[in-house]
Amino acid sequence: MKAKHQRLILALVALCGVAGAGVLAASALRDEAAYFRTPVEVQGGKAAVGEAMRLGGMVAKGSIERQADGLTIRFVATDGKASVPVEYKGIVPDLFGEESGMVADGRMRADGTFVADRILAKHDERYMPPQMGEMPKNMKAPAGV
Amino acid sequence: MIAELGLALLWIAAALACLSLVAGTLFLRGGPRDLAALVRPASVAQGVLTAFAFALLIALFVRSDMSVELVARNSHSLKPMIFKIAGTWGNHEGSMLLWLMILSLSGGLIAIFEKRLREDTLVATLAAQAALSLGFFAFLLFSSNPFKRLPVAPPDGQGLNPLLQDIGLAFHPPTLYVGYVGLSVAFSFAVGALITREIGPAFARAMRPWVLGSWIFLTLGITAGSYWAYYELGWGGWWFWDPVENVSLVPWLAGAALLHSVAVTATRNALRAWTVMLAVIGFSMSMVGTFIVRSGLLTSVHSFAVDPERGTFLLVLMAIYIGGALTLFALRAGAVAEGKKFALLSREGSLVINNLLLTTILALVLLGTLYPIVAEAMGEKISVGPPYYNKVAGPLALILCLVMVAGPLLGWRKDDGKRLWSRLPAAALAGAAVLFGLVLFGGKVGILPLLGMTVAGIVAVASLAPLWGRNLRRTPLPTWGMVVAHFGVAVCLAGMGAESAFIKERLVAAAPGEVMKIGDFSVKFAGVKPIAGPNYTAIEGTLVATTSSGSSFTMKPEARTFPGLMGTAPTETNEAALLTRPGGQLYAVLGQPVASDDGRADRYQIRLWWKPLVWWIWLGGALIAIGAALSLLGRAQLLAIWRARRARKSGERFAP
Repeated sequence: MKAKHQRLILALVALCGVAGAGVLAASALRDEAAYFRTPVEVQGGKAAVGEAMRLGGMVAKGSIERQADGLTIRFVATDGKASVPVEYKGIVPDLFGEESGMVADGRMRADGTFVADRILAKHDERYMPPQMGEMPKNMKAPAGV
Repeated sequence: MIAELGLALLWIAAALACLSLVAGTLFLRGGPRDLAALVRPASVAQGVLTAFAFALLIALFVRSDMSVELVARNSHSLKPMIFKIAGTWGNHEGSMLLWLMILSLSGGLIAIFEKRLREDTLVATLAAQAALSLGFFAFLLFSSNPFKRLPVAPPDGQGLNPLLQDIGLAFHPPTLYVGYVGLSVAFSFAVGALITREIGPAFARAMRPWVLGSWIFLTLGITAGSYWAYYELGWGGWWFWDPVENVSLVPWLAGAALLHSVAVTATRNALRAWTVMLAVIGFSMSMVGTFIVRSGLLTSVHSFAVDPERGTFLLVLMAIYIGGALTLFALRAGAVAEGKKFALLSREGSLVINNLLLTTILALVLLGTLYPIVAEAMGEKISVGPPYYNKVAGPLALILCLVMVAGPLLGWRKDDGKRLWSRLPAAALAGAAVLFGLVLFGGKVGILPLLGMTVAGIVAVASLAPLWGRNLRRTPLPTWGMVVAHFGVAVCLAGMGAESAFIKERLVAAAPGEVMKIGDFSVKFAGVKPIAGPNYTAIEGTLVATTSSGSSFTMKPEARTFPGLMGTAPTETNEAALLTRPGGQLYAVLGQPVASDDGRADRYQIRLWWKPLVWWIWLGGALIAIGAALSLLGRAQLLAIWRARRARKSGERFAP
């Protein structure tokens, strides 16, 4: 009898724990998940200014510009249909370059520039962001914008 | 010839797996004993042949046989030898063959070494292992043949991704795979024991060394992978909550839970159903991980060429194995449910809480990893990053560590709170000292790192408590193992806390001669010079770091350029320079040259980090692995056997 009670209590504790973890996870996901957007979606007005998000696209040909401080770069991220200017202060990762895929974490500034905190370029040179699957292979990104 | 031989060996090995499965099943259904006698040798032969096939694939890479598609796509004749060899598993097909080889070898090892299981359970286990490998043989042979020839051999290969040309690649994936796939043994044991209904202490004791073994490799693989990402990617981070890191963490968590619950089953014959369940979950998580990485569902640094057909194949395999094992579990649940009773405040009680927390963390990490996939299916593109994981896993991990403080100090079955309290003051004192020290002198420290370092202090002292008052030479190895591993958790946690609380960062465009201050160092940028490596050219920067006490060290970060091979674009990589000091590491990255207004490139981007105690993270990981290894030594009773043998020998010597 006692053992059965104990088992019940243990099961209840476990259940409460799991429920608590579920609530924790749901709230954390709501607060912390960042939307992944492509330039088309950004231009369509989907990205609110200041909201943490992730931008994926190709670096447009001829668009990388270095600023005078030697640390900040600007470039244009494109998905072939639309483009978004990106600003980033720091050393760009290995394998980052024009006409290659990149993903940036950051937020939109009121002037329409995406300010990146971190830029990821993919290890594999054959990599393209998955959302760009619709683009024709070997597409030439438009030069500048 | 070599490629054809390799392919033939794979087919024969697959046939042997088929034989083990059929013979084992027939025997278990009441067939003659001769059938059971077939299973062991067939499993061994399957392991040997698959290993031989893998060796042949390595030989093809070593000889740079460009008529083989895989070699042509992933290798180059001018690559250094070590990377030719490592390139064998730096691609989808090769890594799947490595996976399959470990799966087959595991079966062979069970067949050779496992003496404690009942014969029918052993046959069922080997048959389960054969069933697992059969599916992956099918996957390899039908959709990812590594030995495929090209109709026309190209003059040379396309080369290996420069980032993968690192000594880390030589060791990290094989280590991780041994751990990942080694969990298949626990899975097969569970399936075997469910089939024959032999679930109890004997089964748990037989399974334990295998779980420990694969968990050691998993720990080492994750630790090495973390260090590799740290110095090779040049981002200075040691954990990114990248999906691929997560899918290696998830089986590790399952393995950690399994290790602890199997101890309860082996010692007290309790938690039997739970242990079997975890054994199934462990390898299931390995398969989920492989599926996620290889199907291209999540793009990641580890996804090789993406192919939806392969993803579907893996999904079907996974559904069959996991679904089958769970169905079997449901059918047999009645036979395993009942175990020995215990009080909540007891060793078993603490291990149950440990298991609940570990599986909860596992579920939350898996949820975060899969959520973007589910969201994408519903039309939303979402990424889940470090803020989510830190928020959900951080607090739970800290509670887990506190349970770890109490658990080892509790007796089996039933213990009282007073006795526990009487053993804790030193640990509580250590925690309080760390907390006060940090609050008074630490400046502004985030809440999670602050708690992390405090808990680390408590755990460090408490983990040694099981040794108090013991004769250290007589202390059994598994106890030593537990102490070392738990102490390793404290070291790791302290490193994580200190690194995130006190990290310092500088980003400058520096001209030669310029001096940068960071932490205790003044770092002088002495200049750059071009250098040439075996298959790349590089700009090497020279930095002279001087401490406030006057000792100075030279650091040489590089920016490397690998020429594009076979018409591909050249790639650039950063090689960070690390200076390891007792108090932490100084991390330097050389970025691009900066053109000034008159067009001369005289400045260079330099990023510096001072990372206090960062190397404790990997030291802690290594200690956890060492602890598990000590425990394995004790459990496998190698020492006991060795001692017995020595005693017998000395007995012989003194015999009249």
